[in-house]
Amino acid sequence: MANIMVRKDAAGAYSFYLPKRDLEDAIVSMEFDTSEKWGGEIRLNNGGAYYIEPQALPARFPISLRARRLDAAE
Amino acid sequence: MSELTREETEALIQEVLEVYPEKARKDRAKHLAVNDQSIEQSKKCITSNRKSLPGVMTVRGCAYAGSKGVVWGPIKDMIHVSHGPIGCGQYSRAGRRNYYVGTTGVDTFGTMNFTSDFQEKDIVFGGDKKLAKLVAEIEQLFPLHKGISVQSECPIGLIGDDIEAVSKKAAKEMNKPIVPVRCEGFRGVSQSLGHHIANDSIRDWVLDKRDGQGFDATPYDVSIIGDYNIGGDAWASRILIEEMGLRVVSQWSGDGTLAEIEKTPKVKLNLLHCYRSMNYISRHMEEKYGIPWLEYNFFGPTKIAESLRAIAAHFDDSIKEGAERVIAKYQPMMDAVIARYKPRLQGKTVMLYVGGLRPRHVIGAYEDLGMQVIGTGYEFAHNDDYDRTIKEMGNATLLYDDATGFELEEFIKRMQPDLVGSGIKEKYVFQKMGIPLRQMHSWDYSGPYHGYDGFAIFARDMDMAISNPCWSKQTPPWKKRPEVPEASELKKVA
Ligand code: SF4
Repeated sequence: MANIMVRKDAAGAYSFYLPKRDLEDAIVSMEFDTSEKWGGEIRLNNGGAYYIEPQALPARFPISLRARRLDAAE
Repeated sequence: MSELTREETEALIQEVLEVYPEKARKDRAKHLAVNDQSIEQSKKCITSNRKSLPGVMTVRGCAYAGSKGVVWGPIKDMIHVSHGPIGCGQYSRAGRRNYYVGTTGVDTFGTMNFTSDFQEKDIVFGGDKKLAKLVAEIEQLFPLHKGISVQSECPIGLIGDDIEAVSKKAAKEMNKPIVPVRCEGFRGVSQSLGHHIANDSIRDWVLDKRDGQGFDATPYDVSIIGDYNIGGDAWASRILIEEMGLRVVSQWSGDGTLAEIEKTPKVKLNLLHCYRSMNYISRHMEEKYGIPWLEYNFFGPTKIAESLRAIAAHFDDSIKEGAERVIAKYQPMMDAVIARYKPRLQGKTVMLYVGGLRPRHVIGAYEDLGMQVIGTGYEFAHNDDYDRTIKEMGNATLLYDDATGFELEEFIKRMQPDLVGSGIKEKYVFQKMGIPLRQMHSWDYSGPYHGYDGFAIFARDMDMAISNPCWSKQTPPWKKRPEVPEASELKKVA
């Protein structure tokens, strides 16, 4: 499990930040992105994948979350 | 020198890599790249933030340097104790030229060196007692200090001292903050982790101290983050931001104070200059206090105007007008600077090798002078820095991450730029090769380079370096073709 931060930029796109490794990247896909269910498997631009426990859409961004690594890039 | 094509640049990289043993070659190859603007993601072309290879010469610093030297050190009304042996602090003392106002030794302490001066017995028996004693001494000798930070050097982590416990206890006794920072030099691959650790310690020990306290806020409160006031940079930036109608509540950390940092969570927008060293705390404030942050660039009139407008876009029309007013006011001054120096510098080429934000931020300033950056690289960048660099650099230019002494020398020998921008360690190597160099860490004891006022100085300095007559005198007389001295000169000698 890793602590991550999800941001939303002005255009509404999500970005991913892993403080422990100082990794910043764009989120290219997110399994669930509705107001009731949000999260699931997320795919990063660098090819990595993480899993966020599906939850209600966070009220505000950025938000720090716990995520599980499914597939690391490199 | 004329521009290299993509193939030529690639060939150059291969040639330079040839001297390494195979394993090292493979590793270094990932850190050298030819810029390709069509790539969105730096990861595809360059690897960064990895451990330097043993045996090569790197110019990186350590985590302690990142925390004490960069982030904490400039906070002027606190005392930053270099906890451990004396050398780490003494050899870096006042080296970064973070200007500040105040009476040194009375209410400000920026250029002084405080250290616990570890001896063998402290390593054997632990240094906690010494730290407690030192803190008490500081309180007695410098009663006007606002707080202390304990900057750990390597041995502290190795011998397992409990600096947190000592700090907490002493802080209670003297009723001032004491911040233990676990920035031992061996952590991480470069000073970059030191920035991160320092940011985290500010977050944990300082930032929330005034939460819930009253504050006379205005809708125009901003803070300047990641400007270290090198040669007065932050002052040259601050006047522009104030002139456009904003109120600068705090300035981090050049010429900054503890109180300013504690008040930062009250602002409306964080203006981030050095992304690399302070993005962590900006992200934290964005999440916890909902303060957006904005990266800006105050090098050269083109980028300044762009940045002022981007900042103004976060505020109402009066600020937007203010930004236009500021830009218009300084335009004639900038036109005069460019008219004077551009003809002398037009078409000259530059190679950069610095840290933080400069390898990409100063490109615009050189372009304003008609110069071209043909190679750039960072000491301790991460991928996100290169993401931001690719767009700024021309196609087929050279990128080098954590370049070794050898690589940099070879690249510069082959590409023969008209100017190199790097640090003191590189300066005399290249000047002896006959290539002018300006130190882009300390502005070569000049500055400021930020803001409109800074650009005038920047242009003058670059011209001074390149047009210095000494470069034509590099060939010693016995290697020159014999010339008949002019009659007038002969007379002078006689
Ligand atoms: S690496 Fe360790 S010993 Fe060297 S300067 Fe940094 S803190 Fe000091």
